[in-house]
Amino acid sequence: MDKPIIEVQGLSKLYTLGSIGATSLRESAERIWAKVRRRQRVNGKHLTARFAPEQTGPLPNSFWALREIDFSVQPGEVVGLIGQNGAGKSTLLKILSRITEPTKGRAILRGRVASLLEVGTGFHPELTGRDNIYLNGAILGMKHAEITRKFDEIVAFAEVEDFIDTPVKRYSSGMTLRLAFAVAAHLEPEILLVDEVLAVGDATFQKKCLGKMGDVARHGRTVLVVSHNMASILALCQRGIILKYGTIHRAGPIQEVVHSYLESSKPEEMVALNERHDREGDGSIRFESIAIENAVGGTIRTGSRCKVTLGYKSMKPVRHARFLLTIYDMSHISMFQLDSEATGGLPDELPAEGSVVCETEPLSVTPGRCYMNLELIRGHQLADRVTYAAYFDVEEDDFFGTGKLPKREWTLTVMKHRWRAACDTAAISP
Amino acid sequence: MKAEEMSLGLAPHETIIEPNQSWLRVNWAQLWEYRDLLALLVHREFASKYKQTVLGPVWFILQPLLTSLVYTVFMGHVVKLSTNGIPLVLFFLGNQLAWNYLQQNLSTGGAIFTNNAALFGKVYFPRLVVPLSIVFSNLFACVLQLITFFIIYAGYVLIVPATGGIHVTPMVLCIPLLYLDAAALSLGVCLWLSSLTAKYRDLSQVLQLIVQLWMFASPVLYPLADVPLKWRWVMELNPMTAILESFRYCLLGVGTLTPESVTVSIAATLLLLLTGILVFQRTERTFIDTV
Repeated sequence: MDKPIIEVQGLSKLYTLGSIGATSLRESAERIWAKVRRRQRVNGKHLTARFAPEQTGPLPNSFWALREIDFSVQPGEVVGLIGQNGAGKSTLLKILSRITEPTKGRAILRGRVASLLEVGTGFHPELTGRDNIYLNGAILGMKHAEITRKFDEIVAFAEVEDFIDTPVKRYSSGMTLRLAFAVAAHLEPEILLVDEVLAVGDATFQKKCLGKMGDVARHGRTVLVVSHNMASILALCQRGIILKYGTIHRAGPIQEVVHSYLESSKPEEMVALNERHDREGDGSIRFESIAIENAVGGTIRTGSRCKVTLGYKSMKPVRHARFLLTIYDMSHISMFQLDSEATGGLPDELPAEGSVVCETEPLSVTPGRCYMNLELIRGHQLADRVTYAAYFDVEEDDFFGTGKLPKREWTLTVMKHRWRAACDTAAISP
Repeated sequence: MKAEEMSLGLAPHETIIEPNQSWLRVNWAQLWEYRDLLALLVHREFASKYKQTVLGPVWFILQPLLTSLVYTVFMGHVVKLSTNGIPLVLFFLGNQLAWNYLQQNLSTGGAIFTNNAALFGKVYFPRLVVPLSIVFSNLFACVLQLITFFIIYAGYVLIVPATGGIHVTPMVLCIPLLYLDAAALSLGVCLWLSSLTAKYRDLSQVLQLIVQLWMFASPVLYPLADVPLKWRWVMELNPMTAILESFRYCLLGVGTLTPESVTVSIAATLLLLLTGILVFQRTERTFIDTV
C-alpha cells in the first residue's frame, strides 16, 4: 500500500478565549504583571454553554478545538468531514492548509495542497477579470504558465468570455462567484481542501461545481471536504469522518457515517413545545402546542389524511396571521409545506389565544420519520419560528393497492399514477 | 513512523505541520516558489492605486513636487534654513525622494496582518510576499520621481547658472544602492509594525503619528549640518539620517556623513530587517487565532 497522502497524528489545537478579540497593550501589561505577581488572571467570560466539559483546556479560559485527532487519507480518496458547528471541522482544515498552526501533534501532507476555504478570496475589484484570474490563481499557488494554459478553460467554465477585460467590480455577484470557483476548481493540486463553498450560488451553479469536484476526484486527486449538505457529501465522498467536540467520533464508509451522524444529531426526545426557548421571531405570537394525528384515527400511514392542531397565544387578538409548516426528512430535505396563506381559509382575525387545525389530503410520503418546522408570520414580520418542533412516523400502507411501495431511501414522495401501452397490443396476441 | 524515516523519504512536496517550530525557520525556498505571486501583487499595488484617478501615475510625481513646494515656501522662506547653498526646491525634492519612499512603505505596510486579515484567514501563501510586494511596487514611483528630479535639476543648471556649490558627481550611480538600503530599512520597520499591530490594535491608530515624529527626527526639513555638534550622535542613531544625508550627497554633492554614521545606519537596518523577518514569521503562524 502507498504511503498515506495525508497523515494526521495526535493533532490538537488549544484556543485561549482571552486572546480572542481585541488585545491591547494594557491587557498585555496586565498579564505580564499578573505573571510577575504569580497570580492567575481569570477573565469574567463563561465557557459553560458553548463548549462541552470534555473540551475544557488546561487554563481557565481555554478550550480544545481539536483534541488528539488521528487519521490518514490514501491518495485518490475523497473524504467528507461532518459534524455540528463548533466540532472542529474548520479548525482542522485551517491547520492542514497552514493558516494556523496546531498546539500539539503533527500532520504530514505528501503533495501540493490547495485549499478553498472561501470562494473569491483575494479578488481585487479594480482589476479586470483577466488580471484577477492571474492574481487569484497565484494566491492559490498556481504558476503563471499554469494559469495561462488553463486560462480559456477557466473563462469558459465561468461563462464570462464577454466581460474578461472589465473590472470585476462591475460583475454581478453571480459572475464573480462563477469566476472565483472556476479559478479554484482548475487548480491541479494533489490535495484539495474544501470548506462549505458550495453553500453559495444558485442550484444550477452548485450542480456544476459538484460535477467539477467529482471530476477532480476521478482524476486521482485527494479531496477533503467539509459540508453540512449530506446529499453532496454522499454524492462526492467514499469515506467520512464525524468530528464531535474536537475529537473523531466515528470514521468509515460514507453511507454508514452519514447515517450515524443524522441519527445522532436529531433530538433524542421532543421537548414539549411550550418549553422550547430556542425560538426566533419577535415573539408577538407564540406556538403553544402541536398535535399530529390521523384524521380518521389510528397510526399515520402513507395515504392517510392527517390533522394538525396548533395552539397559539398572543397578547392581543391576532390579525393576518400566516401559519407555515415545513415537513422535511432527516437530511433536512423539505418534502412539502402546509401554508395557510397559500390555501386561505383562516379568518382575518383570530382570538388572542386559541388553536387552528390543518387537514391534509392523503399523505403522499414514503414510510419513515418526518420532522416539522413551525413558522408564524404576521404581515411581513416573523412572529415565531420553532425548528424540529415535532416529528411523526409514517408507516407503510398499501398505497397503490398492489402491496408495493417505494422505500424512503429511494424517494421521499409517492404519487398515484397509471400506466398503459401506447401501441397496438392486439397485434401480438395470436 | 518516526521523524527520521519521514525526512528520508521526501516526496517532492512534503509538508510537515508541527507546533512551536523554531523562530529561525524561514522557508526561503517556498518564498521563491511564490515569485509569480510577488510579481502580480506588485502589479496590483501599482495598478490599483491610481487606476481611477484623473491624473493617474502623474500623482506619483505631483505629490512630492507639491510637498516640496510647500516646504520651500514655509520652511525655507519663513523659517530660513541654511542649505549649504543648495536651491531650496532641490534640497526638499531630494529629501522627498528618500523620505516619500519610506513613508509610502510604512503607510501601506505598517499593518499588513490587520489589513489582510480576511485574505490571510482563508488562504495560505508565504506572508512575506505581501510586505515585499509593497516595498517593490513603491520603487516604481521612485523611478518616476527620480526622473522628475533630474529634469528640474537640469532646468536649474541651465536657467540659473549661479547655483553655487551643486554639481553632479559619479556618486549619482550609488542611488540604486541607497534605495536598496531604504527598502531594507522600511521592510524591517514594516515587518515589526505589522507584527505589533497584529497583537496590539491600538498601535494602528498612532501609526501616522509615529511616521510623522520620525520625520521630524530625521534630516528631512533641515540638513544634519544645522544640528548642533553635541547632538549629532543622537541623530545618527536614526538609520534614516545617514540614508537622507547620503541621498543629498549623491544627488547634490553636499551632505554630512561620517564612517560611523554610515556603519550605524547599515547595522541598524540589518538588525531591524533580520529581527523583523523572524518576528513576522512568528506572528504569521498563529496570528489568525487572535482575529
